[in-house]
Amino acid sequence: MSAFVGKYADELIKTAKYIATPGKGILAADESTGTIGKRFSGINVENIESNRQALRELLFTSPGALPCLSGVILFEETLYQKTSDGKPFVEFLQENGVIPGIKVDKGVVDLAGTNGETTTQGLDSLGARCQEYYKAGARFAKWRAVLKIGATEPSELSIQENAKGLARYAIICQENGLVPIVEPEVLTDGSHDIKKCAAVTETVLSAVYKALNDHHVLLEGTLLKPNMVTPGSDSAKVAPEVIAEYTVTALRRTVPPAVPGIVFLSGGQSEEEATLNLNAMNKLDLLKPWTLTFSFGRALQQSTLKAWGGKKENVAKAQATFLVRCKANSDATLGKYIAGASGDSAASESLFVKGYSY
Amino acid sequence: MASFTSKYADELIANAAYIGTPGKGILAADESTGTIGKRLSSINVENVESNRRALRELLFTTPGALPCLSGVILFEETLYQKSSKGTPFVDILKEGGVLPGIKVDKGTVSLPGTNGETTTQGLDGLGERCKKYYEAGARFAKWRAVLKIGPNEPSELAIRENAYGLARYAAICQENGLVPIVEPEILVDGSHDIQKCAEVTERVLAACYKALSDHHVMLEGTLLKPNMVTPGSESGKVAPEVVAEYTVRALQRTVPAAVPAVVFLSGGQSEEEATRNLNAMNQLKTKKPWSLSFSFGRALQQSTLKTWGGKEENVKKAQEAFLVRCKANSEATLGVYKGDAQLGEGAAESLHVKDYKY
Repeated sequence: MSAFVGKYADELIKTAKYIATPGKGILAADESTGTIGKRFSGINVENIESNRQALRELLFTSPGALPCLSGVILFEETLYQKTSDGKPFVEFLQENGVIPGIKVDKGVVDLAGTNGETTTQGLDSLGARCQEYYKAGARFAKWRAVLKIGATEPSELSIQENAKGLARYAIICQENGLVPIVEPEVLTDGSHDIKKCAAVTETVLSAVYKALNDHHVLLEGTLLKPNMVTPGSDSAKVAPEVIAEYTVTALRRTVPPAVPGIVFLSGGQSEEEATLNLNAMNKLDLLKPWTLTFSFGRALQQSTLKAWGGKKENVAKAQATFLVRCKANSDATLGKYIAGASGDSAASESLFVKGYSY
Repeated sequence: MASFTSKYADELIANAAYIGTPGKGILAADESTGTIGKRLSSINVENVESNRRALRELLFTTPGALPCLSGVILFEETLYQKSSKGTPFVDILKEGGVLPGIKVDKGTVSLPGTNGETTTQGLDGLGERCKKYYEAGARFAKWRAVLKIGPNEPSELAIRENAYGLARYAAICQENGLVPIVEPEILVDGSHDIQKCAEVTERVLAACYKALSDHHVMLEGTLLKPNMVTPGSESGKVAPEVVAEYTVRALQRTVPAAVPAVVFLSGGQSEEEATRNLNAMNQLKTKKPWSLSFSFGRALQQSTLKTWGGKEENVKKAQEAFLVRCKANSEATLGVYKGDAQLGEGAAESLHVKDYKY
C-alpha cells in the first residue's frame, strides 16, 4: 500500500488539520530537565520540579493565551503534572481546545567519522511509549533531527540517517495514534549566505519526504517543523520579506500539498524577528497549499521568563507578557501582525547560542 | 545549489506557466514514423511523408482549435515541415499562441534480469540536439519513461533507472532552454485494482521528484505528464469521480507546488473517458496548487483520424471532429464539461492496446 492507513487514520488527519488552523500555533514547552535548567539559571531560578511545574502553569493559565494555540509540546514529566488546583495539565489544555503533544526523541549522538554531525536516538520501544502517551492524553509527538552547514556538511550520510530516523519515528507514531511533527532542523550556525541555506534546506527536505514515502507515512496526518531559510548566524541579516521568499520557495519545491501545516521552529531568532518573518511569509503572494504557523519555544517564552524571574508576585505581569507574544504570532499566521506590538526590549534580543545543544 | 540556475530560467518559468494556462492543454502529435504508421494503416492510409504532413496540417489549421491549446508536441520530422502554403508548422503554431514542443527520447530498451521492464534511451548528445531544436523554435520537450504493474513490478531497479533518466534529461533540457515534460507512465495493463495503481503511482512519483531534486532541476520550469490513477485494463471500470479522487490524492502526496501544471496522458482511455476524468478532477474540491490539464495523443485524434480516412474531401469534417475534442478538453480543464460533445465516430471507443509500444 502507499500510505499506511491504520485504525487511527481519520483521527490523525483531523488532529493534524486542527493543529494547522490559521490563527493558531504551537507552544513548544518540551524543554528537557537539563535544558530547562539552563533557562532557569539565566533568571536565577532553582531547577526543581515545583519550579518547572510553576512555569508551565504560568504559561498554560495565562488569560487569553490558549485561544492563540492549537497545541503544546510537553516533556514527559509535564505530561503527568497538575495545576496547583490539582487538575492535570493535559485535561486543562484539552478543555481549552489545545491539543497536548509529547517530545519522544532521546537526544542526539555523534555520527562517527563525520565532522561533528549527529543522528537522533529514541526508536527503541517507541511504539510502547507512544501507546502510554496516547493513554495519558497526548495526540501528537515531536522528534528533532539536527543538521549543520559546513564546508562538507551536511554529508550524504547525515542526511540519509536523519531522514530515515524521522521516517521510522513518524510511522511508529501513526501506528499508535500520535500525529508526528517531523523536525529536520538545519542549524543557523555559520557564515554562509541565505542561498546556501536554501540549497541545503531543499536537499534535506527532499530526502525527508522520500524517506516518509518509502516508510508509507500518511502525509495528511503529519506536520513539518522546519527551520526558516536565513543567512548563517555569522552573516549579515536580511529583511523578513527576503526570508519569506526563500523559505516559501524552498517549501514549494519540496513539501507535498498533502501536508496540512508547516510549524516553524524559531532557532536562535529573537521573539520579534521570528514573528516578523512568519508574518512576511503569510503576506507573501505565492501559492501555499499548507498553512504556515509557529512552533516556538524560546521565541514565545523569553521575555515571559525574564518578567517572571521565578517570583509569585510577578506571575500576572509575566502572563501579560506571554499573551503579547501569543497574540503577535497568532496575527502573524494571518499576515496581520503590525511590528512593535510589544515595546519590550527583551523581545528583540537574539536568542542565538552558538552550537546550541538542547 | 539546490536548483541549477540556467540562463534560460525566466523563460523556462514563463513557458511552463503558459502551458498550464487554464482552458488550454497539449496536443501530443509526436508519433514516431513507426507509430504513426500504425495509426495510418488502421484507416488505410499509406505511411509516406506527404500523408504525415497532411495529417498534421489538418490538425494545426483546424479553425478554432489552437486557442484550446498551449502546446503541441512534435516528432523531429514535423518540426521542420511546412503547410501546403509553405508556412513552417512551427510558425503557424507560434502565431496561434501555441508553443512547439519536441519528443527527444529514443524509445525504450529492456532492462536485463527484469521481467520485461524497460528504461528509456536518448541521453547521448542530448544537449546538442536540444540546442538545435531550440534554434528551430521548440520551447519544450518530452521524454517518456515506462513502468508496469505486476506481482514484482515495478522493481526498485526500474523505478530508479527511469527516475534517473528523467532527471538527467530534465537537467539537460533546462541547460538548453527547453521546458522538460517529465513523463513517468505506469501502464494500465493488468488486473490490479485502483488502490494498487495509486500505490505504485505514488511510489514512482516520489522517486521522480527525489531524482529531480538530486539533479538540481528547477521545478518551476518543468511539467509533469503522469498517468491518471485507474483500475487495470482487465479490471472493472470506476466512475470519473473515483478516478479523480485517487489521482489528485496521489499528486497531493508527491508533486511539489512549485510544479506549475500536470498534463495527463490518456493511455488507452477513449476520447470521452479521458475528457470526463479530467473534468472530474477539475471539479474536485480539494487542494490543487498545480493546474490539471491534458497532453493527449490518441484521445484527441482518434475520431478525427477515422473521419479523415486520408481523403482531401473529408478534411473539413475531420477538422470539425477535432475541434469538438479540443473544446471538450478545454472545458474539462475548467471543470465545466457537460458531456454533451457530439460524439464523433469512435469517441467512446477504448484505445487500449495491450502492451502498447509507441
